[in-house]
Amino acid sequence: MAETVIETHGLVKRYGDFTAVDGLDLEVQSGEVFGLLGPNGAGKTTTILMLLGLTEPTEGSIRVLGHDPVREPLAVKRLTGYLPDNVGFYDELTGRQNLFYTADLNGLSRKEAAAQIDRLLERVGLTHAADTKVGAYSRGMRQRLGVADVLLKRPRLVIMDEPTLGLDPEGARAFLRLIRELADEGMTVLLSSHLLHQVQAVCDRVAIFVKGQMIACGRVEELADQALAGEPLRLEVELSPCPPALLAELERLDGVESLRRLDATEHAADDELRRPVATPQGAGESSVRVELVCRRELRPEVSRLVAAHGAAVMHLTQVGRSLDDIYRRYFAEGGDGDGRPSKGAA
Amino acid sequence: MAVLPKVQPKAWLERLKAQPQDERAPAPASTGLAAVVRKEFADNVNSWRMIILMAILVVTGVASLYTAAQTIRSVVETTSATPDFVFLRLFSGGSERLPSLTAFVSFLAPLLGIALGFDAICGEQNRRTLSRLLAQPIHRDAVINGKFLAGVLTIVVTLAALLLSVGALGLLMIGVPPTGDELLRLVAYGVLTSIYVAFWMALAVMFSVMFRQSATSALASIAVWLFFSVFWDMLVGLVAGEDPTGLYLWLSRLSPGYLYSEAMVTLLNPLVRTLGPVTLEQVLGALEGVLPVGQSILLCWPQAVGLVALTAVCFAVSYILFMRQEIRA
Repeated sequence: MAETVIETHGLVKRYGDFTAVDGLDLEVQSGEVFGLLGPNGAGKTTTILMLLGLTEPTEGSIRVLGHDPVREPLAVKRLTGYLPDNVGFYDELTGRQNLFYTADLNGLSRKEAAAQIDRLLERVGLTHAADTKVGAYSRGMRQRLGVADVLLKRPRLVIMDEPTLGLDPEGARAFLRLIRELADEGMTVLLSSHLLHQVQAVCDRVAIFVKGQMIACGRVEELADQALAGEPLRLEVELSPCPPALLAELERLDGVESLRRLDATEHAADDELRRPVATPQGAGESSVRVELVCRRELRPEVSRLVAAHGAAVMHLTQVGRSLDDIYRRYFAEGGDGDGRPSKGAA
Repeated sequence: MAVLPKVQPKAWLERLKAQPQDERAPAPASTGLAAVVRKEFADNVNSWRMIILMAILVVTGVASLYTAAQTIRSVVETTSATPDFVFLRLFSGGSERLPSLTAFVSFLAPLLGIALGFDAICGEQNRRTLSRLLAQPIHRDAVINGKFLAGVLTIVVTLAALLLSVGALGLLMIGVPPTGDELLRLVAYGVLTSIYVAFWMALAVMFSVMFRQSATSALASIAVWLFFSVFWDMLVGLVAGEDPTGLYLWLSRLSPGYLYSEAMVTLLNPLVRTLGPVTLEQVLGALEGVLPVGQSILLCWPQAVGLVALTAVCFAVSYILFMRQEIRA
């Protein structure tokens, strides 16, 4: 039943000597939330512009909802909503007037548009500000007006470029919820971002872009398996209390390669951005943190063993399986430090 | 003359009604254009810069009309006969203290055009609305065509309102109705001025496509205007010397302002019989007389065509640049 909404083959875009997008093969199924993930300048926006027919590809072919954006841009744009990065509105018009203009451009009749605009403003929570000039809107309000603007034409595909950039955490969360709702209603959503956690939270599948090339594509878990294949699992365990016998037994557990005690401030994850956290006061000195490197999933065994020794597991995490780690892994492969998520790790 | 197709309002209405039935029916390509024209026209009319320019036009219009009427009255008092083309003199006649309405208009026309066009495209880009606009199901040229058409519409409405209100006030003041000849001349003058303003708007739109900053675009247009209105005369004088014929005339006519003023004088002053150099022999035997309106229009036709061509060139350049422009958010 899944219909292919976006399909590209060998898509290339060059600006002079610079190759912005290099041989992209992408396939997005209907009803998916698909994330384009990559650092700034990786070619995400260029890809989006080509999908919409706003930029012509240098090579390769595109089908969006069965249409070629180069030949039939109008057919594509009739079915596709686009929320640009940092969306702009006419400041001297009210939110409602801005939406009426979009409705007019889409050939909606005035009456039809009025009813739909009311409904959409309600949905994005802007009814109270509908007749305020957009010049007075906050960033979050503009972004929500942008969503209303996109939904006005009842699109089948929604493309969003960095939709949560510049929103406060609560606003971003609400926005992601909205994206999820759209997908549940049967819309296909393509979004680009460099904010890993948000992509991880909302996207069904992710494509990772580095320097114009898609170096990985798939579900987040698949990517983890792909990227971290051959890597042993690493568990970070906090025990309280911690009898020495327990540590010895843990080390002897089948599948454990090594065991290491961690300092109070050290983290198993080599995340240099995270601030060292002091041990919580209540835990006192009796709690010990260890890092286990194991060949297979050992979490049930570990917790059982700890319980058998009368100790408690205060904290147990698998380290190195988040999108963060995958992302960093790919960039390490992708080349120099340019690709480091600069603002990414929010 | 081509035969116009018969208008069939009924069939037309039915076709209009039938259209919205099919929900996903592709909207006609002109929908976008009409929507852009509507929005831009509303913006033009409501914008502060147009209100300010209109206020200036109204003030100068009333003032120059008043002085023109005064001058006409004094002429009538001394000669006790109605001078020829008295209605036209309301527009073209001034005094030592205040220039005529037409002089004001030819001074303000470039400003009006530049104000209408200077941020047409780059303003849209700076407000980040261009990519959103182009993501709507409209052809890309609907944006620039719509902006240009809305601008022309604004110009025509503005000038028509100005000429009509000045004419009406003048009628009240002097009580001499215009003749048919005069009316035609005024209409031609209105059309000519619209073209002239449209040229400056097209130039400003062209700069607005070329430059990313509205201020740069406005300055570029104003620079061209200043160059032609102040420096061009001096340069032509330097190059062509004292002889006011031949090269001098040829170079002067490269300036849109000069073309406009030549055509304007021909239209509003029926006594003007030629725009080229006249030899002494030609003048010697000539009888003083006025030209009918058709002949005046014929006389300034090349100038008008020149202005239309300049406008078309500016618009074509901006059209091509805009269609090829990279749309980056």
